[in-house]
Amino acid sequence: MSEKTAVTRETMPSQPDAALMPPVDVVEDGTGITLYADVPGVPKDKLNLHIEADTLIIEGDLALNVPEAMEATHAEVSLPRYRRVFTLSKELDASKVSADLSHGVLKLRIPKAEHAQPRRIDVRVG
Amino acid sequence: MYGALFPRDMFAELDRLQREMQQSFDISPSIRGFGRGGFPALNAGGTPQSVEIYAFAPGLDPATLEVHLDRGVLTMSGERKSDMPNGDEKTTVHIKERFAGRFRRVLSLPDDADPNGVSAQYRDGVLHISVKRHESAQPRRIDVQ
Repeated sequence: MSEKTAVTRETMPSQPDAALMPPVDVVEDGTGITLYADVPGVPKDKLNLHIEADTLIIEGDLALNVPEAMEATHAEVSLPRYRRVFTLSKELDASKVSADLSHGVLKLRIPKAEHAQPRRIDVRVG
Repeated sequence: MYGALFPRDMFAELDRLQREMQQSFDISPSIRGFGRGGFPALNAGGTPQSVEIYAFAPGLDPATLEVHLDRGVLTMSGERKSDMPNGDEKTTVHIKERFAGRFRRVLSLPDDADPNGVSAQYRDGVLHISVKRHESAQPRRIDVQ
């Protein structure tokens, strides 16, 4: 699983490309990969996960309950959008990805394809 | 410029740019990491009636979040558990960027903040604290007689 630096540009003028890169943890075990991404402020319906061929795209729009008359005085999170792109490797089964969003943390489980899972081969003594 | 989440004036934008430049060129950051930021990231703003604070603290149990207000100083603290596997499993950690451990952030509220009018809500990993301003401090129109 390697990270793509070149992010494909979308030709939608209303949606600017600038986005925050959410921090992630990626852990691999024998049966697959688990990815955790911090996307605070993104409700379930504003989160978009795309898998196209071997590319995984995580996108989310922030939805904060901001009073209309508010004037910002300090901002460490300055863009209303998260986006991060990963390249999946061949042995991962992109059709069986499961995703769970809880308290602003996205947990993705990408299992390995059956043939790529580790097997123990019994040695028979003949 | 692009659509900002917290639209501010140009000077604030320049300030942010300068800070980010400094961060990316600084080869010897502070021993406690970057001066600004940390966990949770904070956004703050105000309306004539209230002060609004947003702490981006995903993955917490709301019951373990501590929010204190003492003499105009607001403290947020808590602990974020690591999702990392224990050492005994056959796992490989490829990327580890997310914060884990205890955290604490402190900020001072403006003088007109009302300590009795604080509300805190945790939603989608964002802690939203709203502090009302004293009514006596709110802008009023004075009739000329």
